[in-house]
Amino acid sequence: MKRLAKLACAASLLAFGTTAIADPVDDTLILNEEMTLVTRTAAPAHLEGAVDEVMSGWLFRGKETRAMQADDFDNPGMIFVEKAQDAWNAVDGSEGKSCASCHNDSDTMAGVRAVYPKWNEAAGEVRTLEMQINDCRENRMGAEKWKYTKGDMVNMTALLASVSRGMPVNVAIDGPAQSTWEQGKELYYARTGQLELSCANCHEDSYGKMIRADHLSQGQINGFPTYRLKNTKLNAVHARFKGCVRDTRAETYKPGSAEFVALELYVASRGNGLSVEGPSIRN
Amino acid sequence: MASGVKPRVKVPKKAAAGEAITIKTLISHKMESGQRKDDDGNPIPRSIINRFTCDFNGENVVDVVLEAAISTNPYLEFQAIVPEAGEFKFTWYDDDGSVYETTKKIAIE
Repeated sequence: MKRLAKLACAASLLAFGTTAIADPVDDTLILNEEMTLVTRTAAPAHLEGAVDEVMSGWLFRGKETRAMQADDFDNPGMIFVEKAQDAWNAVDGSEGKSCASCHNDSDTMAGVRAVYPKWNEAAGEVRTLEMQINDCRENRMGAEKWKYTKGDMVNMTALLASVSRGMPVNVAIDGPAQSTWEQGKELYYARTGQLELSCANCHEDSYGKMIRADHLSQGQINGFPTYRLKNTKLNAVHARFKGCVRDTRAETYKPGSAEFVALELYVASRGNGLSVEGPSIRN
Repeated sequence: MASGVKPRVKVPKKAAAGEAITIKTLISHKMESGQRKDDDGNPIPRSIINRFTCDFNGENVVDVVLEAAISTNPYLEFQAIVPEAGEFKFTWYDDDGSVYETTKKIAIE
């Protein structure tokens, strides 16, 4: 009997040990040995009572993965950024225009990623970067729309993220965007699927713990699009949402749907203050 | 002809004489193994980078044979001792006969 008690005690110690392993690390992300990115900062005001500090998913990854993101040469996501740079300069569609025809260098888009999703007055809706890109393609270039989470589109969002790296995420949640934001918040806290899990159950209540063999992060999206080592390609944020919702064993919303746009706005706002990191590297 | 092939190299701009420096190289290439079949069941012909070399001022540093199991966008990292200022020349050889070259200068501090 005594022996059993000892065993139980050892088991609980072990369990305690694994919890600690998943904690975010104390590390600083310095990009290309020149730019320090904010990966940990005080939570925005609207998270009062929920989370004190917001943390980039970078802090929840292993040493090698973190190092890979710290150097553009080692970051496989940058290959796709280069592809998008070619697309940026390539004329497409009936109007004979490229992105560069209107926007000049892609560098001039610095800061754009940081404020999207954003209210569009003319359209009367909150728009993601993808929606804006397709609006440009369709109405200004006369080109075919890109599929929401497919290669060309993700590459272009990676290019736009890469020129905004180091700038703080700062999406507006008041004014005309507020109702969309409220809808996103409701989705974030709504339990879904056979497992009856909300986003918050994992990413607010349980970050820093193990989820089977992996570390649970806060689910911040400041690093999107993300190059995932498991599928060796860039992953769009709506594709990631879909994966998460599917894991709760629910029917998912479609990438680009109004629900995911609202959720993206809300989740982005939870990371207000963190640096734009995309294309980041994750498991 | 493989498309979208683009070599990339990272070499420090300067080094101390006799210092071992780290060189990183990557070439974007699909590295089609020749083992796969397309949707109609026909084999997709092999198309890979089969050799990589690096020379410094005409002297060979590394000469690598690459095989079909090497994945997309082969990345090679190695160290070299730099005795004097000069130029690294990197060469990739494609199955289709194409040769991709790039050079990087290095100064002695």
